[in-house]
Amino acid sequence: MPGMRIIKRQEPLGWRSCLVLLVAIGFSLALGGGLLLVRGVDPVAAMGTLFVGAFGSRYGIEDSALKAIPIFLCSLGVALAFRLRVWNIGAEGQYALGAIGASWLPVAMPDLPAYLLLPSMITMAVVAGGMWGAIPAFFRQKMRTNEIIVTLMMNYIAISLLDYMVYGPWKDPASYGFPMTATFPPAAVVGKIGTTAYSWGLVHAFVLAVLIWVFTTYTRLGYEIKVGGANVRAARYAGIPYDRLVIGVMFLSGALAGWAGFLEASSTLNRLQPSIMANYGYTAIVVAWLARLNPFYIAVASFLLAGLRVGVESLQLDMQVPAAFGLIIEGLVLLSVLAGGFFTTYRVTRR
Amino acid sequence: MRRVCTGIVAALAVCLFMGQAVAEDLQVGFVYVSPVGDAGWSYAHDQGRLAVEAMDGVSTSFVEAVAEGPDSERVILNMARKGYDVIFATSFGYMDPMLKVAGQFPDTVFMHCSGFKLADNMGNYFGRMYQARYLSGMVAGAMTESNTLGYVAAFPIPEVIRGINAFTLGVRAMNPEATVRVVWTKTWYDPATEKEAAKSLLDVGADVIAQHQDSAGPQEAAQERGVYSVGYNSDMSQFAPEAHLTAPIWNWGPFYVATVEKVRSGEWQAEATWPGLAEGIVDLAPIGDMVPQEVKDQVMAKMGAIKGGERVFVGPINDQDGVLKVAEGETMSDEELLGMTWFVEGVIGTTQ
Repeated sequence: MPGMRIIKRQEPLGWRSCLVLLVAIGFSLALGGGLLLVRGVDPVAAMGTLFVGAFGSRYGIEDSALKAIPIFLCSLGVALAFRLRVWNIGAEGQYALGAIGASWLPVAMPDLPAYLLLPSMITMAVVAGGMWGAIPAFFRQKMRTNEIIVTLMMNYIAISLLDYMVYGPWKDPASYGFPMTATFPPAAVVGKIGTTAYSWGLVHAFVLAVLIWVFTTYTRLGYEIKVGGANVRAARYAGIPYDRLVIGVMFLSGALAGWAGFLEASSTLNRLQPSIMANYGYTAIVVAWLARLNPFYIAVASFLLAGLRVGVESLQLDMQVPAAFGLIIEGLVLLSVLAGGFFTTYRVTRR
Repeated sequence: MRRVCTGIVAALAVCLFMGQAVAEDLQVGFVYVSPVGDAGWSYAHDQGRLAVEAMDGVSTSFVEAVAEGPDSERVILNMARKGYDVIFATSFGYMDPMLKVAGQFPDTVFMHCSGFKLADNMGNYFGRMYQARYLSGMVAGAMTESNTLGYVAAFPIPEVIRGINAFTLGVRAMNPEATVRVVWTKTWYDPATEKEAAKSLLDVGADVIAQHQDSAGPQEAAQERGVYSVGYNSDMSQFAPEAHLTAPIWNWGPFYVATVEKVRSGEWQAEATWPGLAEGIVDLAPIGDMVPQEVKDQVMAKMGAIKGGERVFVGPINDQDGVLKVAEGETMSDEELLGMTWFVEGVIGTTQ
């Protein structure tokens, strides 16, 4: 623009970057409110309903937290790979493989006791999801394939595999031909904490997040990821086994998505069915970038995004706003927050 | 800051006020699996909702595009918490979530479409769409010249397979030489995919395209190639006026109104209901002008017979491989129809 100059900030913005974020969110909500006004809906009341539905009531907070779990775990996984500058677009498929792996035992051996069943379900989910992540990493390092393409393509294979299992060998004979496994036995279900509505999945997510944070911050491997992400040549020169690092990180990345698949199948659906695929793997990529790959911010962003989706349901029910409005708001928030990121690293001055 | 606070308080007050204003009304909630503006499945249900909305002392609301599984449980739960008296959930995958919620809210009436589970306060309902599909098959069978018909179908589940079979029986009642080719899209609603699937059927010589899909994509494909089509869900003739022969359609209004009326008068009981052409829950859209009058007369005569109690799935019926499945004079039971996973003779495709 004439008369304007863009200058890179010399010092980080600090607490004011929080302000930028708030302004960005406020800006997108204001735009959304304008849209509602055009439709003849009172925007203030609508935003109130959205907020109460998502965070303003006990039910809302519970629902948002539960909905955030799979998004959070997938996002934690892709962020790990992104730190190494390996572009894992395959969380969707790794999540599907985790769900398939976790469902195998309760379908094949439903009579196992919980102390055997649940740990082996988790192991299966982690191994299946992890392998689905490690395979494209192996090809990337050994055959110089592009991991973006391979992970993306493997998503479709994973979803077809899931379809095959629930339409074919795992179909519940009592389901009138509908594609779903039988309901898992109680021993295969991750239950709720005491009498609350929160599932133990929330604890899983918390513990995993702490472990990942410790791993990336305090271990040698975590440091190697940082170096490998910053400069591959320097990393190799420093003697870091880069190939193994990439494959290992992609395994971990896939394993986290697989764990999310396990929790969705076990805790929320209590079975495997095609509707377990809800684009969490793709949402996770956006969340990871919004949160600048920081585990704590990822938790916040997942919760907010989940809350937005939950709140929009209340908005539909109470004010008859179409479902598409939720997607519009989501898009506006993401765009303006990413655009706001510009102002945290640059500033605009008069010439 | 103060202004913001006032705004929030005002918003809450509005919410509370709205809650009170409708408290005396009977509140009826609907859960849809796709957006209502699609001329398809959810659109048809929403037409039914509008009939309920027009009743005195009843207010309705809906949530659209709700994924099956955990999302649907939350939406149904939310409606129950907010004091809705009757909740209609209109997709198969809502069955188990609804059953869970029904257990927690014994005073709310839950109605699930297309499933089979029941509880004291949860009934299920569906329509015998296969009856209307048989009639649409008769029209299609009379109009084909290549003797190859195409059928764009969503998922290989009994409901869809039953519809394809009824359509094929209708086709072959008019034209014993004709075959029906099936393509699975593995989606209920995806206009582009559905249209591509229809084109692939046109490429192998189909000259009538039928569909078990929720968009008008296949209709458009047929119109572009100058061949005929059979719609679904609602009268789709506006999307393909030259191609559209007819469509088996849903008419949920009377059923929804009657159900809400029963709840209000306290006569409602949880049961499994499966009404058909006779009750008007399914129907045939007006047959296009390109169809000869004698064919129309034949179809209307058959419709009268079905309304009078004639059955569609009556032996002898062979399966795809020519093996006799239903003997001469036998009729298939509702249980057999609900669990149908094989194709009748004349269908080309697999049930996988």
